[in-house]
Amino acid sequence: MATTLKINGEVREINADADTPLLWVIRDELDLTGTKFGCGVASCGSCTVHINGQPQRSCIYPISAVGDSEVTTIESLDSPEAKAVQAAWQELDVVQCGYCQSGQIMSAVGLLTQNTKPTDEDIDSYMNGNACRCATYVRIRAAIHHAADLLEAKA
Amino acid sequence: MSTSMNRRSFLKGVGALGATLVVGFNSSGLLAAGHSEAASVAADLNPFVRIDADGTVTVIAKHFEMGQGTSTGLATLVAEELDVDWDQVNVEFAPSDNAKYKNLAFGGQGTGGSTAIANSFMQYRQAGAAARDMIIRAAAEAWGVDASDISLKGGMLSTQDRVSGIGRFVEAASKLTAAEEPTLKDPADFSLIGNNKLHRKDNTDKTNGSAMFSMDVKVPNMVYVTILRSPKFGGKLKSFEAGDVKSITGFVDAKALPNMAGVAVYAESTWGAIKARRSIKAVWDDSNADSRGSEERLSEYLAKLDADPSYDVTGNADLADMEAKAKASEKQVSADFIFPLLAHAPMEPLNCVIEPTENGGIRVHDGCQFPMITHPTIAAISKLPMEKVEIKTYYAGGSFGRRANTASDYHVEAVLAYLALGGKNAVKLVWTREDDLAGGFYRPMFAQRASIGIGEDGKVSAWAQRTVAQSIFKGGPMEKMVVHGGVDHASVEGVSDTPYQLPMSLGLTDFESPIPVLWWRSVGHSQSAYTMEVLMDMAAEAAGKDPVEFRLAHLDESDESQGRLAAVLKLAADKADWGKAMPEGQGQGIAVHKSFNSYVAEVTEVSTNEKGAVSINKITCVVDCGIAVNPDVIRAQIEGGIGYGLGAVMRNEVTLKDGVVVQANFPQYEPLRMTDMPDIEVHIMPSDKPPTGVGEPGLPPAGPSLANAIYAATGKRVTKLPMKANGITFA
Repeated sequence: MATTLKINGEVREINADADTPLLWVIRDELDLTGTKFGCGVASCGSCTVHINGQPQRSCIYPISAVGDSEVTTIESLDSPEAKAVQAAWQELDVVQCGYCQSGQIMSAVGLLTQNTKPTDEDIDSYMNGNACRCATYVRIRAAIHHAADLLEAKA
Repeated sequence: MSTSMNRRSFLKGVGALGATLVVGFNSSGLLAAGHSEAASVAADLNPFVRIDADGTVTVIAKHFEMGQGTSTGLATLVAEELDVDWDQVNVEFAPSDNAKYKNLAFGGQGTGGSTAIANSFMQYRQAGAAARDMIIRAAAEAWGVDASDISLKGGMLSTQDRVSGIGRFVEAASKLTAAEEPTLKDPADFSLIGNNKLHRKDNTDKTNGSAMFSMDVKVPNMVYVTILRSPKFGGKLKSFEAGDVKSITGFVDAKALPNMAGVAVYAESTWGAIKARRSIKAVWDDSNADSRGSEERLSEYLAKLDADPSYDVTGNADLADMEAKAKASEKQVSADFIFPLLAHAPMEPLNCVIEPTENGGIRVHDGCQFPMITHPTIAAISKLPMEKVEIKTYYAGGSFGRRANTASDYHVEAVLAYLALGGKNAVKLVWTREDDLAGGFYRPMFAQRASIGIGEDGKVSAWAQRTVAQSIFKGGPMEKMVVHGGVDHASVEGVSDTPYQLPMSLGLTDFESPIPVLWWRSVGHSQSAYTMEVLMDMAAEAAGKDPVEFRLAHLDESDESQGRLAAVLKLAADKADWGKAMPEGQGQGIAVHKSFNSYVAEVTEVSTNEKGAVSINKITCVVDCGIAVNPDVIRAQIEGGIGYGLGAVMRNEVTLKDGVVVQANFPQYEPLRMTDMPDIEVHIMPSDKPPTGVGEPGLPPAGPSLANAIYAATGKRVTKLPMKANGITFA
């Protein structure tokens, strides 16, 4: 089935069954491989993208449900929140294997966009759906606080 | 990594600046150098370092990167001795070449056993030092000065009146002969080794989506393949019907694998291959399958614990006497321990790409952990000579042991699927999470029975222990290295070689099953440390002693190994304010363990809420891993090892019903989450000893220190795992 997708500021033609999860269109058709497959059941968050600015699990999001919404992947992040998050992640050397980190970053950007000064509890509850098998959680928590500080310093 | 790699490619393309210096070792183990990688092949040289005319230094990593930080570590060793700026150093993964890139700890190319930095420490430093020496000699000749008048720091050569980058001299240096034994730095002069502020080499491309995993590889004419496997271990395909697959967009074909291990389902997209597989109806021959459920397995394990052990691990034929002695003691401790099967569940599901090459061979795209096994295995099943099989290594999205197995299971599947389709299309094999959890190669199930006596002096007078476990190494190509006199060392390590001074007798019995088992982060230590350290706590209580004092009473600190264990134990107790007053319902627990030649002590603090649910609040850890090459990577590995261990002991188990795995996906094999993660404080013991393991040793004490803290807070002693299935709830 041919359809169009608004993604990373472009309109792309795609050919996929209506029930195809957005994840596989992003990865296999559009070659945007920063978004990862981890579980396929919205349990690990590795596939997190933004749909109209909100973090969503692309592995269970059928392409037919996207409609006119704007999809953003890790490759085109450029908001002040995103830049602060990526800088904080690098400053604190959060990553280990790195496979879940695109999803972690997409969620962290979502959190800071709606809450500029999250507490530990805010972070824990917002980020709990993003699993990291390397258990980089101590640093993710610290990096989100650091990103909030970077944003505050700029404001 | 990528930015400067692009710059280098650009410069190479220009051609005028094509000169490079490559430094490594020849097949006699001597340092050698050449002017290009192509020339180095002819010159019998395995490059570890390449320096381009623009001064870019590329470290060729013989170990893969699964998150453990080895690519950063190897780069550190070279950059330290070469004395270049950290930002001028890149890392590339070495090709599969067993002769040139072997792990000195096990004689073949592979990563595991927390050996990467330990075995590379001198090798990569020597390569860096040789390159430095040659560049300085080349500059001395060009400038007409004595080499001793030239200093090299931060990638810049200088004399009293001259300054230059190193790139200018790589061509001249490549024509010199490498020094046999270049001078290595005095550790007192290290500026990068031990530096807290070095950033990881992979931290930019892993935060912007550009890092390449094999899951991200796409090559021309590639089809995607999933495999429908037997629901029971040991089952074989009898026949299958494809069902309504033709209506699925991009469906290509479905074929029985030639070894009847399953049905390969091909499509033009990953989703097509996942969806089409759901339509396949297969009939399985279960005549050799294992149909036992978890309850049956447990009762067989317990029956084996009751029977006389097959193997006398300690070799004194005195298990019965030791058990009798323990039981005759005035104070005694006895307990049974049960450890479940565990899946590794790395975040990147297993996958690889098999691509035909122009010379009639194949190229494997993989986060390849064991080229020494995978390369010959693939060559054999594809009936190709070794030199026509090429392995290209990518970042691996975790492993925890899973990617390294002596069957090379997922590579074999991928090659069989490639051949079954005719060998013209490249194929990408993708496992789903369901495939991963049901796919075997688990941490074995263990059962332990301990009988301990306490003497009048308040110390252990008898320690008898029986172990039942499925052997990891028996029947495999590494059996001779690890199995001696029928005893698989991986089944008893951490107990049989404990640094504690204990009068000990150990018996071992194997459990057999077609379910493949495998090393899982920290291997035997993943359960032996739990048994040892919970028992030490129980014994301390029986003796009426403080757990730290009781442990120290069984360590002779004049012995190096026991002294280092005692030192981390004492420092952890000090840092965590061991024994401080805590409110009702809270508690501290301690555990200490030696594994992979490193020493780690952890103090865990827990609290309970009004319903008795446990929160893990803080873990204070002290590690002695010899010289700390990258302190921040060490802290990260200890944090991660603790987290990986905690998640497993809290709630993970693979169970079977009629031989079929019950846990389908993460909701049934729930990973550790952000809300579970305690604060972790890591202290690294200063040391001038050679570097030892880091990726695994943080894990073993995590479980028992938690168990001991839960006991302190609640009075509940957990000896059967996971905790959640045995009476403990977590907040």
